Amino acid sequence: MAVNNPAHEFHDKLIQPTLELDRQTNWASRLMLAPAVVLLLVWMIVPLAMTIYFSLLHYQLLDSDRTYFVGLDNYQFFVTSLGFLTAIANTVILVASVLVLTIAGGLGFALLLNQPIWGRGFVRILAIAPFFVMPTVSALIFKNMFMNPISGIFAHLAILIGIEPIDFLGLYPLQSIILIVSWQWLPFALLILLTALQSLDQEQMEAATMDGAGALTRFYYIVLPHLWRPLVVVLLTETIYLLSVFAEILVTTNGGPGHGSTNLTYLIYARSLLQFDVGGGSAGGIIAVILANIVAFFLMRMVGKNLE
Amino acid sequence: MKIVMVYFKKGLVTVAAWGLGLLIFVPILWTVLTSFKTEEEAVAPNLHILNFSWTLENYIEVQARSDYFHHFWNSVVISFGSTAIGLVIAVMAAWAMAFFPRRNTKDILSWMLSTKMMPAVGALIPIFLIFRDLNLLDSKMGLIIIMVLINLPIMVWMLYSYFKEIPLAILEASRMDGAGLWSEVTLILAPMALPGLFSTGLLNLILVWNEAFWTLNLTAADAAPLSAFIASYSSPEELFYAKLSAASTLAIAPILIIGWFSQKQLVRGLTFGAVK
Repeated sequence: MAVNNPAHEFHDKLIQPTLELDRQTNWASRLMLAPAVVLLLVWMIVPLAMTIYFSLLHYQLLDSDRTYFVGLDNYQFFVTSLGFLTAIANTVILVASVLVLTIAGGLGFALLLNQPIWGRGFVRILAIAPFFVMPTVSALIFKNMFMNPISGIFAHLAILIGIEPIDFLGLYPLQSIILIVSWQWLPFALLILLTALQSLDQEQMEAATMDGAGALTRFYYIVLPHLWRPLVVVLLTETIYLLSVFAEILVTTNGGPGHGSTNLTYLIYARSLLQFDVGGGSAGGIIAVILANIVAFFLMRMVGKNLE
Repeated sequence: MKIVMVYFKKGLVTVAAWGLGLLIFVPILWTVLTSFKTEEEAVAPNLHILNFSWTLENYIEVQARSDYFHHFWNSVVISFGSTAIGLVIAVMAAWAMAFFPRRNTKDILSWMLSTKMMPAVGALIPIFLIFRDLNLLDSKMGLIIIMVLINLPIMVWMLYSYFKEIPLAILEASRMDGAGLWSEVTLILAPMALPGLFSTGLLNLILVWNEAFWTLNLTAADAAPLSAFIASYSSPEELFYAKLSAASTLAIAPILIIGWFSQKQLVRGLTFGAVK
């Protein structure tokens, strides 16, 4: 144990002088680690193996007696089905737009809140609140009380300034969902980046100012490098969650109109649990896993470089 | 003159920050206010902010119509149940890796995190079918199991980062002073590990309370927690803004309060210890 860590070697020698005790703690630590490893191993392998297996079958939930092997047909049907390309495009647009809006907005707001102001703590509390609102609630609030073209607040405001109210979810479903999801995630970026900013070494900033560095120079050479790690973490966490946006779509548009606001997650859900096509849904699930892994591969490389 | 300029700038930035903060908060504020209006006033286009006749009838109505607290209780059971079970498993794992590191500890940690990369929808069909066959559909137990599994990596990471900060030297000192294993754990390690446990538990409560993919897909009338139950308000029958607001306010209030009080710990947990 602890081969590469001199501090631990020292510690082990000191508190576990006999070989017998050493072997005991060794076993104890393995035993303590086992439940988590076994559970996660099962969680990783069993559903994935089953999904791969189902994806090769003709398997309709309502007609499960006629189940047979079809090879890769499900994949072909899923990829060429109406809505697949739209769903991929929607997924990319949703993830990219929300990332840009929340990270740019969150960074800007964090820089503003990092200035000397009255009541920073209170503003911070107001601004991070949406992150704690469950997705179904935020989607319902926006859908009914804000975006409803007849009785929503946006409609009231539109009439107040004399323009025609807009049916947001009917005409701009994807953009509306991007707005809702950004509202939920901007506070997350803000919270992380503001915390990081406040841990910035003030003496370093003052020294730079004395040496004649302007605000932009200080931002570029001191603030930005300091924020790089938190930015990467925000990017990684948001991407993982944004690839799987589901409740917001289910509650507001059901993926419509047409496939207008269907992302990959929603498309697979619809195929699986609305059309009861286990084979097709599974093929879609495997495609989603592959795509997520490609994204994760690049993200992890970025993170690996930055978190070492 | 200079001091005036400083205050002027501070005032300007303050106004901008407050404006933006309020703008972001408006949807929540509006929901809370609407929950105290009558349905007629809730849809009225006059945008009354505080000058309406306050009422509690929506809260009573929401409970009477849909047995709201049944679902509230489901949320409580699922989030606290999965947090308790998850903590036990994660504490053991994080403890082992922090105090008895091996050559592969780093690999195990990254592997655990990588299981979070798996999109939930990729496991939807097998979990749905397994749950159907084991009678776990629409059961709190089933959801607790899923919640433990999806959040275990985050809990292990977070606890690991806390345990790593416990100095080993203090253990050595206590050994030399003749402390046995029991007193070592109860008097020295537990008090030092407690803040980490507490923060990890809070973060997990928030994540589970707000989880909506699995709750929507695996529960129905019986075991649905609030995140799934609220979705039944997406198809309006009649005037319902005020009732929707009351149901929403009750659903988000507990987590909002917990979240506000634990910002610092949350940042640390959400960034796996990278930002403190």
